[in-house]
Amino acid sequence: MSPRERPETSLDRRAATALLLEGRDDLLVVPGLGSATWDCAALGDNPLHFSLWGAMGNASMIGLGLALAQPARRVLVLTGDGDMLMGLASLATIATQAPANLALVVLDNERHGETGMQLTHTAYRTDLAAAARACGFADARQVADEASLRASLPLVHEAPGPVFLTVKVKAEPLPRVLPPRDGAFLKDRFRTALLGENTAH
Amino acid sequence: MSGSPAGWGVDAHRALHVAGIRQIGYVPDGGLSGLLGLCAADETMRTVLLAHEQEGPALAAGAWLGGERAALLMQSSGAGNCVAALSLIRTCCFPFLAIVTMRGEWGETNPWQLPMGQGTASHLEECGVIVSRVDDEAQAFETIAAAAALAFESGAAAAVLIGQRVIGAKSFDG
Repeated sequence: MSPRERPETSLDRRAATALLLEGRDDLLVVPGLGSATWDCAALGDNPLHFSLWGAMGNASMIGLGLALAQPARRVLVLTGDGDMLMGLASLATIATQAPANLALVVLDNERHGETGMQLTHTAYRTDLAAAARACGFADARQVADEASLRASLPLVHEAPGPVFLTVKVKAEPLPRVLPPRDGAFLKDRFRTALLGENTAH
Repeated sequence: MSGSPAGWGVDAHRALHVAGIRQIGYVPDGGLSGLLGLCAADETMRTVLLAHEQEGPALAAGAWLGGERAALLMQSSGAGNCVAALSLIRTCCFPFLAIVTMRGEWGETNPWQLPMGQGTASHLEECGVIVSRVDDEAQAFETIAAAAALAFESGAAAAVLIGQRVIGAKSFDG
């Protein structure tokens, strides 16, 4: 099968990430490997970001465990289409738990960015927002321009979850901006920032 | 067939409760039904039905980030599905606790269960998981409590395999 004609998108992934995270320093964020992690790092290092350098397919479920443990805090999983496709079954798991405080946002460039920009299934027929809807998400949408993304910010940050947003972004390789790579450090730093020194260790 | 699921399940639930486990990720198994029922009825616990075993380590990692303890309950046939996700546990030194009900060993009558069942302990150990076994249901409480201590006090990954002799071999007689 040939890839379908790419839908027009005017969105740059770093600008989209900035729109999603600006002024939201208290948000608990799980950036998926690898591009989403670099996108978040490009905005500055934040201890409440648990940035993944690996664990492909797992970002959404880390977000679920975190959201269930912290029901009073908004949790955002910000990942790519490759990571979401590898953890696709987790959409069903998350919909069944129905955490009101969890948002999944996929920056969808229809490519595996870390391995050489090879096409993913979203370049063919797969619609991730439709999959989330079919699995039972409270709301699931797709945007491909800045106005629509801005209009979806209340969905991401305030609407009762679980909510899902596909953000179609340009397929462009960008310079990597690297957060710390020591996973144990990232974990302990996150817990210290969220739970305080006394309960974190 | 020796032992009753209710017997070890009661002790396993008590060990998880005493260890302060809040999130129970699981892929259903007949051998787990007694334990899962007790966890579902426990107001301090939330059971999380998983579509795939690889979701278990990630759920546990997220729970820990948020200040809660989790455990993964699954049949041995799903242990291999966790292998890649266990690199998250190892790289970040997350505590991890699993209870695995065994197939593919004592009295197994389904040959398709043997490759994963026979390899469960070694696969998990290759991933850095400390593996212990319960072959006498009287040891369920202390074995799971000890594994929980390894996980949550020593920051290790630990799994307890519940032997098929304890659970009872499944019959495929027509």
